[in-house]
Amino acid sequence: MSKIHIPTPLRQFVGKQAAVEVTGATVAEAMKALLTEHPELRRHLYTEDGKLRAFVNVYVNDEDIRYLQKEETAVKDGDNISIVPSIAGGMA
Amino acid sequence: MATTTTEIPVTLNKDEILRYSRHLIMPEVGMEGQQKLKAARVLCIGTGGLGSPLALYLAAAGVGTLGLVDFDVVDYTNLQRQIIHSTADVGRKKLDSAADKLTAINPYLNLRTFDARLSSENALELFREFDIIADGTDNFPTRYLVNDACVLTGKPNVYGSIFRFEGQASVFATEAGPCYRCLYPEPPPPGLVPSCAEGGVLGILPGLVGVMQATEVIKLILGVGDPLIGRLLLIDALGMKFRELKLRKNLECPVCGTHPTVTKLIDYNQFCGMRGEEKSVSSGVPEIQVEELKRRLDAQEDVFVLDVREPHEYQICNLGGHLIPLNDLPKRVHELDSSREIVVHCKMGGRSAKAVEFLRQAGFTKVRNLAGGINAWSDRVDPRVPKY
Ligand SMILES: [Zn+2]
Repeated sequence: MSKIHIPTPLRQFVGKQAAVEVTGATVAEAMKALLTEHPELRRHLYTEDGKLRAFVNVYVNDEDIRYLQKEETAVKDGDNISIVPSIAGGMA
Repeated sequence: MATTTTEIPVTLNKDEILRYSRHLIMPEVGMEGQQKLKAARVLCIGTGGLGSPLALYLAAAGVGTLGLVDFDVVDYTNLQRQIIHSTADVGRKKLDSAADKLTAINPYLNLRTFDARLSSENALELFREFDIIADGTDNFPTRYLVNDACVLTGKPNVYGSIFRFEGQASVFATEAGPCYRCLYPEPPPPGLVPSCAEGGVLGILPGLVGVMQATEVIKLILGVGDPLIGRLLLIDALGMKFRELKLRKNLECPVCGTHPTVTKLIDYNQFCGMRGEEKSVSSGVPEIQVEELKRRLDAQEDVFVLDVREPHEYQICNLGGHLIPLNDLPKRVHELDSSREIVVHCKMGGRSAKAVEFLRQAGFTKVRNLAGGINAWSDRVDPRVPKY
């Protein structure tokens, strides 16, 4: 089991949870498990042709998967997967 | 590393030596460090939630030249977190209000105010006059503008961002480190990520993140410690958890990569799709004005009012409408009768426009958006309805 950390703006789509436990040997499998359980998340994370959106980064522990094996990056038991979208707030 | 380009040797007078004594006795700052602070020129973009603590602490710490860019006016809803402004300042220009507080804290401060919206036309010229840029803005077009202008002028971008009870901080665009675009090449499409005005923000959070930005600015000036270069700090105030992610310089980055495609400032509103959003909200769906809704309700005509805000917003004020939050609409659409005339509202008209679009696609033909939302109702029909 690994843990996927859900950022605040997307928690409304996963029953307000801060993290979701999933099983999967790769990032792609873990994300698939997450989206099967919470299908409403899909359009926020993936484009219509199934690519991760450009303003959403995925990390395994503290490494950006773009610099590992992307969505084929291996995930071990106890790893932390983080979804980190860009947020803009500050002034208003 | 950011160092000052000022040639004139900086000295401290007797009053300043006393004022900064708690810095001067620290070996990490000392007289040399305090002189570096005095010689430094820092530009704060925005004097809002992040800019308030940022500017207050930088002024107190003895940063010699502080620039502020803002065009906004203090509003009553700002006071919950924008601590540089006080109740008596409501209606004043944020720059004037901030200038009063900052010069009261430190009369030795050389304060430079720029009463303008930061734009592709003025950013480069402005940034060249400073050593470090601190980004306290609230929207994607300005975030990308600040980043690109920092890369193009070679100034570090001390970044902070907040949403509800979550924050991010980093230092971008140093010579060796990544920039904001290395992390996020493109902004989210409008409407997919809620804005602060829609999503809210815990008042103390900009304090926490703004002080982190001030800390990074001071470390860059002094050249001490480990700045947040190549690291993204994630702050979860609710869990009081801090996590750190590694950031890398992306060789394919469109602005700081080896073959940059962005070599001058662009139209950031267009880049972030802002114009498209305005169009789809205002022109796409049929609207009804608040005065007409009032008249029809008073005449007891059959109008079904649908409120698509969140339950906690309904508690603040409501028009007695049927509450289905926008995100629940697809699974609760069966609660609505498509043969009746429906008026949909939210706070300002953005979410309800999306709801109207959805309902029309679902086959509802007699559905209209309340222009301006419940805020317009408060302004033009019933001032007893509180605005938020
Ligand atoms: Zn870059």
